[in-house]
Amino acid sequence: MAAQSITVRGLSKAFGRNTVLRGVDLDLPAGQVTALMGANGAGKSTLVKILCGVHAADAGEVRLDGRPFSPSGPAAALRQGVVTVHQNINDGVVPDLDVASNLLLDNLAEGGGLFLNRRRMRAEAERIADAVGLKIDVTRPVAGLPLADRQLVAIARAMAHRPRLLILDEPTSSLSLAEAQRLFALIDRLRQEGVAILYISHRMSDIRRLADRIVSMRDGQVSGLFEGKPLDYSGAVRAMLGHEITEVDITIPPPGAPMFEARGLRLKPEAQPFDLVLRRNEVVALTGLVGSGKSALAEVLYGIAAPEAGDMRLDGAPYRPQRPAQAVAAGVFLAAKDRLINSVIPQFDIQQNLTLPFTARHSGPLGLIRRAAERAAAERTIAAMGVVCQGPRDGILTLSGGNQQKVVVGRWMAEASRLLILDEPFQGVDIQARRDIGRRIRESAFDRATLVLCAEIDEALEVADRILVMSEHTIVGAHRNESIDLARLMAEVAGAADRTKEPA
Amino acid sequence: MTSLSPTDLAIRYGFLLLMAGMIVVFSVLKPAFLSPQSAVFILQSVAITGILALGVTATLVVDGFDLSIGAVATSAMMLSAYVMVIWEMGALTAVVLCLLMGAAVGLINGLLIVKMRVPDLLATLGMMFLLVGLQRIPTAGNSISTGMVLADGRTATGTFAPEFLMLGRHRIDFILPDLVPLSVVVLVVIAVLTWVFLELTRHGRVMYAIGSNAQAAALAGINVAGYRVLAYVISGVMASLGGILLAARLGRGDVASGNNLLLDAVAAALIGFAVLGAAKPNAFGTAVGALFVGILLQGLTMLNAPYYTQDFIKGAVLVVALVFTFALSGRSGRARR
Repeated sequence: MAAQSITVRGLSKAFGRNTVLRGVDLDLPAGQVTALMGANGAGKSTLVKILCGVHAADAGEVRLDGRPFSPSGPAAALRQGVVTVHQNINDGVVPDLDVASNLLLDNLAEGGGLFLNRRRMRAEAERIADAVGLKIDVTRPVAGLPLADRQLVAIARAMAHRPRLLILDEPTSSLSLAEAQRLFALIDRLRQEGVAILYISHRMSDIRRLADRIVSMRDGQVSGLFEGKPLDYSGAVRAMLGHEITEVDITIPPPGAPMFEARGLRLKPEAQPFDLVLRRNEVVALTGLVGSGKSALAEVLYGIAAPEAGDMRLDGAPYRPQRPAQAVAAGVFLAAKDRLINSVIPQFDIQQNLTLPFTARHSGPLGLIRRAAERAAAERTIAAMGVVCQGPRDGILTLSGGNQQKVVVGRWMAEASRLLILDEPFQGVDIQARRDIGRRIRESAFDRATLVLCAEIDEALEVADRILVMSEHTIVGAHRNESIDLARLMAEVAGAADRTKEPA
Repeated sequence: MTSLSPTDLAIRYGFLLLMAGMIVVFSVLKPAFLSPQSAVFILQSVAITGILALGVTATLVVDGFDLSIGAVATSAMMLSAYVMVIWEMGALTAVVLCLLMGAAVGLINGLLIVKMRVPDLLATLGMMFLLVGLQRIPTAGNSISTGMVLADGRTATGTFAPEFLMLGRHRIDFILPDLVPLSVVVLVVIAVLTWVFLELTRHGRVMYAIGSNAQAAALAGINVAGYRVLAYVISGVMASLGGILLAARLGRGDVASGNNLLLDAVAAALIGFAVLGAAKPNAFGTAVGALFVGILLQGLTMLNAPYYTQDFIKGAVLVVALVFTFALSGRSGRARR
């Protein structure tokens, strides 16, 4: 039994009425890599922020090497040996300074003499860089380094503190394969030196390569702990995504003619090409982990990005949109995920948010908006979606999250489309809003093809006639939504199905 | 309508009350302030800054900013003088060339910002410096007027066309004979057109969407880059129109005029945020803001306040207006959530 570097007991945290962590128990043994998995909103980031001193817990305790650990801030956590490398690489480095200054930044920030001794700084920096296998001229500015080197600088800087616990939050999300290999080699060395490592990722290939143990989180609790070789990867995914028997009965209608067809579509240079057919009167859910390529597919379909290869046809005609406006004109609509970033116009009221993509259809000569027609259209959508509000002129931010979501999803159902793509349409909404939105998607689907992207399998089961699984930017499974083999589906999501991938 | 709290009332009507109070104070101190002639003088001084301010409002709506408007206006003034006095062409040619120049500068500003990704403040600041120099190169830094001696020793014989001068000097009978300057009519027309464009057309709606959340606007299929460029073109054209009116009022291409245009116009547009608690750039607020600045300056002038005192008070009023807009209305916005 390895020494317990960190023990977490009964950790709870709420932001206002929103409870994010509900009594988390977690052990992070020294000299082991613990992979932490969890869907968006499972509470991973909050847990990390408590461990690295950004937030204080409401209840529960954290012990570091047996001593109580409740840092007053990130600097205090760092001094006590908890080091965090954040997802956003520039959080860990100051791009305008040279490598040496970055490596010694914490010492600089803590004071000391007034003047800098350049030669001593340089020698000290080279020693630190060497310790993580970073071979590079320390006088170069960080801004000129490739991403991987910047990340190694951030880690090297952290290592100078002789950490007890190293937290890596999605460290490979912007690295190439070769760059990731260098990072993995470094993690292997740190593991041997007895550092406890908490590795947060959605990439199954990383987790296979690194993890000694897997902890799954769901709804603010630890929903599964997996130890001992071989690790149960699909069990971990199942614990993370969860599955309760849904109350929604899907009656699969006869699908219509093909509306959208893609042949040999390749989303990334190293990804496998795949075919995709979406039919009229059919709701298809595409599920997969974060980063599996769902949103990349949406971007290709909506003209935000070009595919690496492949042909697309819409209603029989060639389809290759260059920008969203062309996709909309062709009848392909995308209700984007992350509504506050990608959908909501905060200064606008409900009505103006609803009609935003279609102002041309509600305006007359000289582009003058026909207010009565616009209002009538808004009221129709509000009724159809069941938006709870005083009226169409309420500000969008006065609505609850679920009702905001109904507005930004309803925006794209107000007009007829050929292909409607909904990226995480149930994101951050309560169960009632989720049912309302799902029902509306299904009852309006007869005249178009509908593609729903969702990471949660429950959501896919509630809304779809057919469920496709995406992993590593290609489609790895297809299921008709009748007596589905959930074990196989979960295995496909985890990327474990009939593939024996050795660590590279 | 729900009842409003005192804070809401202050945010909504505070600036209008402040303006009314200002008029009362000036009238008590200087009874002549209330005369129709004084009102006309205010309107005339408001006309040019008001038009510039409406232009900069268009860029503020798309969450941009145009610092080059003052320089565009003075460039248009110099260009119109050059066209008529030195090239001896007509009024129409001068007006058309000035407007084209304004549109071209706006287009370049827009492309710098959208295509070259230069931050808006820096792009238009650079353009401002460029134009301040450029407008003086053809005459080696001298003002342009009839009878001036050119670099090659000839004398400029062209004159400002009378119909051009009418734009700045003609007055229309309204209740009293010769009361309303033509430039004020131009301002009112431009203000109404801008208001209609921003509030009632889909183009204005879309521009507000871009200013509020450009990413969401782009994902709604809106040509964000195109509308951004359009906003700077509108700003450039409006600024050149202001410059035409300035030239028509002065009757010469005066290198020393127009120094305050940028500050006054920006102040008017930003004060406009606070009018009726809009908390966003808007044409009506900008027009009221321009009037506010005009009344303030006329009152201070009648009280014989020196220019530096006027600048100080103008700046102080601007700061107060910004507090109204951002601190107070922002707080009530959060409370509503």
